[in-house]
Amino acid sequence: MTGLTRARWAGMTTDLGAASLGRRAFVGYVIGGTTLVAAADLVPAPAHAVPGTPQPAEAYDLNDMLTEAAMPTANLITVTVHEDGTASFELPRMEVGQGVTTSTAMLIAEELDIPLAKVRVTLADARPELVWNQLTGGSNTTISTYTPIRVAAAVAKGALLEAAAVQLGDTVANLVARGGVVQAPDGRSVTYGELARAAASRTTRRVDVRLKDAADFRVVGTGQPRIDARDAVTGRKRYATDLQVDGALPTMVCRAPTLNGTPTRLRNQRQVLAMPGVTDVALVDTGVAVRAETFGQCIDAVRAMDVDWADGPVAGESDKDIVAELRAAEQPLPPLPDNPLAETVELDVVFYFRSNSAMDTNSAIADVRDGKAEIWSGLKSPITAQERIAEELGLSPDAVTVHVVQGGGSFGRRLFFDGALEAAKVSQAMGKPVKLMWHRADDARVGRAHPMATSRVRAVHAGGEVLAFQQAHTSVETDYRHGLGELMSSMAADLPAGLGNQGFAQTVFALTQEVPYDFGAISQSLVETDDRFNTGSMRNIYSPDVRAAGELAVDQLAAAMGTDPYEFRRAQLRNDRVRAVLDKVAEVGRWGRPMPAGTAQGIAIHKEYKGTSACLVEIDCRPRQTERDIPHGVGGPRVTKVVFAVDVGLVVNPRGLEAQMQGGINDGIALALTSSLHLRDGHFLEASWDNYFYTRQWNTPPEVEVVVMPSDSDQPGGAGEAGVAATFAAVACAYARAVGEVPTYFPVNHRDPLRFRPKPTVPPIPQSPTNGLKKTW
Amino acid sequence: MPKQTFVLNGRTVTVDVHPDVRVLWVLRDLLGVTGPKYGCGINVCKACTSHINGRAFNPCSVRVGDLEATDEVTTIEGLPDTVGADLHPMQQAWLDRDVAQCGYCQPGQIMAAVALVRKVRREGRSITDADLDGIRNICRCGTYTRIREAIAQGERSM
Repeated sequence: MTGLTRARWAGMTTDLGAASLGRRAFVGYVIGGTTLVAAADLVPAPAHAVPGTPQPAEAYDLNDMLTEAAMPTANLITVTVHEDGTASFELPRMEVGQGVTTSTAMLIAEELDIPLAKVRVTLADARPELVWNQLTGGSNTTISTYTPIRVAAAVAKGALLEAAAVQLGDTVANLVARGGVVQAPDGRSVTYGELARAAASRTTRRVDVRLKDAADFRVVGTGQPRIDARDAVTGRKRYATDLQVDGALPTMVCRAPTLNGTPTRLRNQRQVLAMPGVTDVALVDTGVAVRAETFGQCIDAVRAMDVDWADGPVAGESDKDIVAELRAAEQPLPPLPDNPLAETVELDVVFYFRSNSAMDTNSAIADVRDGKAEIWSGLKSPITAQERIAEELGLSPDAVTVHVVQGGGSFGRRLFFDGALEAAKVSQAMGKPVKLMWHRADDARVGRAHPMATSRVRAVHAGGEVLAFQQAHTSVETDYRHGLGELMSSMAADLPAGLGNQGFAQTVFALTQEVPYDFGAISQSLVETDDRFNTGSMRNIYSPDVRAAGELAVDQLAAAMGTDPYEFRRAQLRNDRVRAVLDKVAEVGRWGRPMPAGTAQGIAIHKEYKGTSACLVEIDCRPRQTERDIPHGVGGPRVTKVVFAVDVGLVVNPRGLEAQMQGGINDGIALALTSSLHLRDGHFLEASWDNYFYTRQWNTPPEVEVVVMPSDSDQPGGAGEAGVAATFAAVACAYARAVGEVPTYFPVNHRDPLRFRPKPTVPPIPQSPTNGLKKTW
Repeated sequence: MPKQTFVLNGRTVTVDVHPDVRVLWVLRDLLGVTGPKYGCGINVCKACTSHINGRAFNPCSVRVGDLEATDEVTTIEGLPDTVGADLHPMQQAWLDRDVAQCGYCQPGQIMAAVALVRKVRREGRSITDADLDGIRNICRCGTYTRIREAIAQGERSM
């Protein structure tokens, strides 16, 4: 690639608390080389006030932590301008559908003043030198990269203008750059492509840049379609299993009948090796792997395997055992001062295990031969993956190359690298390249889950005021052993006896949870127990459950005080941005309109990730809805209408933001009404989409309206998770009002008779049917 | 190894493979046609939805040996050719509504949408809400709202 200039971002000259003009002045570098490479600098990190308000997340939240962790290495992020007039950027984050490649391209197009179509954004390989700056999580990508990427692009533009000034014989101040062309006052012009080489610097030099004023934005803030949309609708978009790597044949793993059981012996290896298409089998710690000409032949081989297994750690246990374990781990709520006039509202809710299985199962290509490893996979913590895989294989990290591939969904699951690690082990054991794909049944049963949890709320009120609001969340451990994206924090999270992980859990909980109401003495606490399950951060981590329980309690408080749920929230909110979104959904959704018996509205709010959200839903719990006959699915109550308002601060791509809210709405509905995993006798029953009931077309609301709130903020907030919590809470509240009873567990159908016949665990994966030609339509 | 012959996206293909292998793996693993996605392998997620002789089918649940040499299989890659354009009107509707998020299920969603329009036209009617409710293709990103909007547009322009 012969390009032009590469630019980088370096040291921030003013702290974030300075006047808004100061926030536009930065330092960057034009990197030495034959192409224009520009970089940015953001250090030192800004100082923050000591949290003085009742809850830490109000003053300093998870995103502040992730953003500051990324700052010291922000100057290693570069934008390159090429001789064909395009700009390219390797994003050190992962695209899983949330739209960060598009929003990143928009930032570059904006600051560089070139058409969006001329910006190419790819995903960076694992770059250990980025340390904490290559983790995709916490809805933090846009928040943490917003300024560095713009500075790098602005540095590049500055270098192009300087080169143009020489060529056009004028001063930079007289030149105008637009659409990738620099024009002089006399009408002469030169394109970025023509300038690319001249703008390159032989040595790396430091430059001052001033970012574009938000008032001059032409791209940022306009709704743009995804840059990969055409590839997606034509089938050209490539996910891990679509890649063709020489010799990497389809590979699958036969897994134990109990969760995380381990293989001791394959009894019929010779027979399996003789099956059509099969080339290799290998025992690894997670199961018995088979490599074949096609995945179909892998399925046949897995099903034919006769394996001796050692039981996994939850063998014999079921949902009720884990609920009992959580109950035993619950800490008493803190005592409150005795007040004879006070009344108490109490709530106790169980949230069952849920699956964040994406459409694209855990999969990876690995080639481990000759003391080297090369991995291709969808990874949100690729540096941790690289370092842990190296450790497992007995290689040094620099012998392991990790390519980050776009993922078909994540919902938190790809923070871990279970598929990549397993593929590496299998490839090493076989001495051959492998294309490992988890069967759906494995992805559903053995993949990462949202841990089961209980949430207890106690609220005390007297004389029309809430005096105290206490919430105690008790959960199966949420695994954070991916750390902050590199090995050091990953190992810290993996300290013995769960101590390290507990520290991460407490930090994440404290930096995300907040009760934005004037409720007197507020406390929210977390206890985590039991590290035997495969868990992880599922979209929005604690918030959907915590908010659902919290907002149900708010509805009960309103009822106890004889006030309307909306008016009560409105009066008690202590944050204007939350009140604004609440008012918006109440207005657009016509809160309080007459509804027939068996149907109801619900309303709820959430504040997190630098943003606020509110949701109003209407639900229909009448028999004509709940008794719908859905073959191989569940109908149940139907959310008939959703109005969702979101204020994330500065919006880069409102069209993408709306899409994220629409997706989050369907997640919230699933969490409330239909989707959970049932633990029975040591394994999860759900093995596919005809068992695990994520929202489907027959459950999705016919009416959905998303309102993106105008904002004068100059800082973007997070979007990827912002749609889930308020929706779950609003559906929970609507359901309780429609049926006249507050649920004590979610999803509300979890204890109904199973709507499917569980698939066997031996063999662990189902055979593909053969009757497809009878089912054409 | 027995030879399996069928018509794929307008061209006759012959593959050396055991007849029991499902068409999805023949497409993806042997022919490198990766538009149809694997999402379950048991014909419930519908991510591999393609067309056979113009009707929706799921290649994960058809043995390649059950295809006739004259059977015409169309995947998302071959959909534009069926209308002699760069994009089928349903694909264009998908772009106009910016439906895709991760994109993984979208080829199957589009192939199902095209089949649905053809089906209701055979029945002499238009797509209803009940038809949309009956679409079984799952999207774990939850793009259902825009899918419904895009199908309405695609139906008008087909």
